[in-house]
Amino acid sequence: MSKFISAYYHDEEDLIKGVRQIRNQGIEPADVRTPFPVHGLDKAMGMKRSRLTRVAFAGGAIGGLIGFFFQAWVFTVAYPINFGGKPFFAVPSFMPVTFEMTVLFAAFSMVIAFFIHNKLGPGAKTIIYDEQVTDDRFQILIEADDLDEPEQQRIEKALKEAGAQGIQLTS
Amino acid sequence: MDNNTFILSKKVINISLIMIAIGLISLAYGYFGGLGAGRIAANILMNTFYFLGIALIGLFFVAVHAIAESGWQVSVQRIGEAMSRFIPVGGILLLALFSLGGLSSLYEWTHTEHLDAILLKKVGYLNVPFFMIRFFIYFAGWIILAWLIRKTSLKLDVDGDKFYFNRLRTVSAIFIVFYAVTSVTSSFDWLMSIDAHWFSTLYGWYVFSSMLASGTAVIIILLYVLKRMGYMTHVNAEHVHDLGKYLFGFSIFWAYLWFSQYMLIWYANIPEETVYFYTRLKYFNTIFFLNLVLNLAVPLLVLMTRNSKRMFAVLLPVSVVVFIGHWIDMYQIVMPGVVGKEAGIGLLEIGLTVGYAGLFILVFFHSLSKAPLVPKNHPYFKESIEYHTNY
Repeated sequence: MSKFISAYYHDEEDLIKGVRQIRNQGIEPADVRTPFPVHGLDKAMGMKRSRLTRVAFAGGAIGGLIGFFFQAWVFTVAYPINFGGKPFFAVPSFMPVTFEMTVLFAAFSMVIAFFIHNKLGPGAKTIIYDEQVTDDRFQILIEADDLDEPEQQRIEKALKEAGAQGIQLTS
Repeated sequence: MDNNTFILSKKVINISLIMIAIGLISLAYGYFGGLGAGRIAANILMNTFYFLGIALIGLFFVAVHAIAESGWQVSVQRIGEAMSRFIPVGGILLLALFSLGGLSSLYEWTHTEHLDAILLKKVGYLNVPFFMIRFFIYFAGWIILAWLIRKTSLKLDVDGDKFYFNRLRTVSAIFIVFYAVTSVTSSFDWLMSIDAHWFSTLYGWYVFSSMLASGTAVIIILLYVLKRMGYMTHVNAEHVHDLGKYLFGFSIFWAYLWFSQYMLIWYANIPEETVYFYTRLKYFNTIFFLNLVLNLAVPLLVLMTRNSKRMFAVLLPVSVVVFIGHWIDMYQIVMPGVVGKEAGIGLLEIGLTVGYAGLFILVFFHSLSKAPLVPKNHPYFKESIEYHTNY
């Protein structure tokens, strides 16, 4: 478990201002925790766009290919049956299953990738540094493992100047 | 330059008049060049319906967002309103076509003296008096509701009165319900009855989804043209992104309905249904598959990423491709039934489309110059400007 300097805010406008201010001084917050989604926080934290869409594309492409070629194999090689005089390799009739497999794999790959990346899912341990964050407080976390004493004091001073309403060390 | 009022410049008028002249010349060429009444009538029907559909989607765009009370579209709302002003023009052109002998060259069922058993069963719906009554009902409804929506929207812009905001929603809801029925029946009347022996219950939605995609493409193209002229400076990448999402989604929606219609007919393999695709696959092979490439493959693959929806450099070419693609879709809807295997794309087809496009942009820009370009007093105007979309 790592140690964090955590700073509290009671208002999301102050929080966004605070995040911007400490980032201007070269202090990168490890995470910001809020009881509800705050508009504009992503930009203030300088977060990059999520790469989840690429996972979705890869998952969808794999699902579509599996769906299509599995049917092609079943209906031409493994177990060819004549349906109403149609050819064995009948592409239009493969389309619904191909489409559904694309959607299914895209959705599942996104959920699974999201869980893995965020260490979530069944059996995951919930880490809450402060119960109040689930109710009405906003929290900035800054990693404090490798910080020496003066550096830590500098960060705490910067946080205080950025309007933090309470600062403490959590682990 | 005052950005809030669109000034109809001489240049715009001249360009559109030249385009209309090209259309008239190619129509005269078709008439005197002996291309046949069927082909000329089919061209006029196809182009009128195509641009009428785009105009109706302009109105649909305004109405559907008014009901949903969405904010972002306020910045581009005037484009949709101005597009809807083409509806009466399209009505006059269709009426001229139908009254000047178009009916008998387009529709087999108007030749009442030799109807076969299948067509005799349909006489209750497919007869000329009832056809014209329906025609007037559609256009009366569309024109009155378009006028009401436009009027209410302009009154709302005077001081943002909530009364007009609610009334705009009510009128829009009436239009949506009316259009839900008439968009289906009008395409049954004017397009599906060309192949009167054939029927498909999905047809109305299929044509509607085609209009949705081409209408959205035209909104994007016109937005770009206006931005190039120096107007619409308040429209930013966020709004373009949403229009791009529409184009992407509606193209997939169109393909979904196209395929739903095709697969059921292909699977059931009943002669009275497959006859529709038989002619198209046999004599219009290239057009048939080009249709799918332009209207599904191009928007699906190109507009998939976020950045391509936000940049006009990518979105504009795709919009043009979709615009042409749905023209081709309309071509393969109308031509095989009326003209058959002699149909081609020549001077008449292309010239007449240029003429219709000229008429459309003349009506559009004229209507755009009649009202403030930026609905500054709309209750959601500020929301529209500050809008941002993540994905």
